Amino acid sequence: MPEATPPEMLRISGLHAFYGESHILHGIDLVVGEGELVTLLGRNGAGRTTILKSIIGLVGSRTGSIQVRGVETIAMPTHKIAHLGLGYCPEERGIFSSLTVQENLMLPVAVGPGGLSVAEIFEMFPNLLERRGSMGTRLSGGEQQMLAMARILRTGASLLLLDEITEGLAPVIVQTLRQLMGQLKQRGFTIILVEQNFHFAADLADRHYVIDRGTIAEMITREQLPASTEKLNHYLGV
Amino acid sequence: MGMSFQTVMSQVMLGLNNGVFYAILSLGLAVIFGLLNIVNFVHGALYMLGAYVALLGFNQLGPLLGRPDFHLNYWAALIVAPLVVGALGVLIEKTMLRRLRKFDHLYGLLLTFGLALIIQGVFTNYFNVSGDAYDGKPEVLSGVVDLGFMLFPRYRVWVIGISLVVCFGTWFVIERTKLGSYLRAGTENPELVKAFGINVPLMITLTYGFGVGLAAFAGVLAAPIYSVSPVMGSEMIITVFAVVVIGGMGSIMGSIVTGLLLGMVEGFTKVVYAPASGTVIFLIMVIVLLVKPAGLFGKEA
Repeated sequence: MPEATPPEMLRISGLHAFYGESHILHGIDLVVGEGELVTLLGRNGAGRTTILKSIIGLVGSRTGSIQVRGVETIAMPTHKIAHLGLGYCPEERGIFSSLTVQENLMLPVAVGPGGLSVAEIFEMFPNLLERRGSMGTRLSGGEQQMLAMARILRTGASLLLLDEITEGLAPVIVQTLRQLMGQLKQRGFTIILVEQNFHFAADLADRHYVIDRGTIAEMITREQLPASTEKLNHYLGV
Repeated sequence: MGMSFQTVMSQVMLGLNNGVFYAILSLGLAVIFGLLNIVNFVHGALYMLGAYVALLGFNQLGPLLGRPDFHLNYWAALIVAPLVVGALGVLIEKTMLRRLRKFDHLYGLLLTFGLALIIQGVFTNYFNVSGDAYDGKPEVLSGVVDLGFMLFPRYRVWVIGISLVVCFGTWFVIERTKLGSYLRAGTENPELVKAFGINVPLMITLTYGFGVGLAAFAGVLAAPIYSVSPVMGSEMIITVFAVVVIGGMGSIMGSIVTGLLLGMVEGFTKVVYAPASGTVIFLIMVIVLLVKPAGLFGKEA
């Protein structure tokens, strides 16, 4: 752990989440500091996505406590939670097929100060500029992923919840996304990254949480990572 | 067959006149279905209510206020009726429909069907089922217009014109503006739209209010043409649902175009074989359901 602990961005304690009858999360406790990049690792169905959805308020029901910069959000409606400065990129990317690229980009409302300008976005993602008049789902998978990222960078969100952003993408695009993560971390964004394995963010992540059957099985810091690969491989079933 | 150009055109124009009502009403249903996933069976009753706001505003509101010479005029009714009915819609959504959102569509359909029966029942109890004439038609819209091939009532020209403006205006707002992009996104994936900081519950309430407001607007337009009666909505809505099925649920442009076309088909059928004009839309519905179940403009699942 770094010696000077950054101020808290997110604190989750005793979180339980449910979809109808099924109980998905069984008491999650985690803390993310401002500017940290943290990954949630685990197998499919372990509950990683549900943690992200709980933070933004998209699960059936949740109990416990989730504080964003000290504000309790457990009873807040989703759209209000977003206004605390959250940006969410869902696993299926969530590009709207009835909206153009430009409309997709402009859809999320501003949730904080200092969002990237449209010009900066197009500089960062030149492909989107060329294709801004196309309908959202005409884009390739990689372009859709860029768009899903770009639209939350515009809003001034400072806590990014990113769900498996590299899934199914070509290695060259994964490489671009890794560089983007580095840039965002440098700019001071706080990032929670859901991933299948630790390779994508090994150099960037401050800490890794291993999620297993709805609980946190392990917390591994960047320093502990080299010594923990065997243990991780066991959890992740590699 | 003795079909003169004039006979055909006059029936097609009258058909178009019916068609614009189908278009406005099915447009409202499409907008509501898109965002709320509710088949709004109370639509016809609210169309009727719009006509009654115009009728009662014209001949009852003055005496009620102690000013017998006061009449809510036609132009004011075009604004007031959608606002009154829209407000009622907001109330219905906030107190009833909202609670059903977690359940199957069928419950929304049953609830709105029940509401339609209640509203229609109450009006049947107090008003003349055979209908009352609306006397508030403005002087400027009386008389006929020479269209070149026929003389056509000026009021009906106005109804066709303003309805097209309202329909295509609504289409434009939904398909081409920022506000519309929220609506389209909300129709696709409301949960994600919430996660982007947009107040979706409020958007749903206002959309419902707008959709039923359109029905009330159509009701006011209808008041000077058809007699205002408690059953005018239920007669209209059955045809409108057939139009919606043919066009495909949820498509904005589809509902407008289908409404207009089917009105004209109905008019044309009156010339060819008049007895079939009441059933031709349902015949088309059956054929469309067999050949393209998602509707002419519907997206295949």
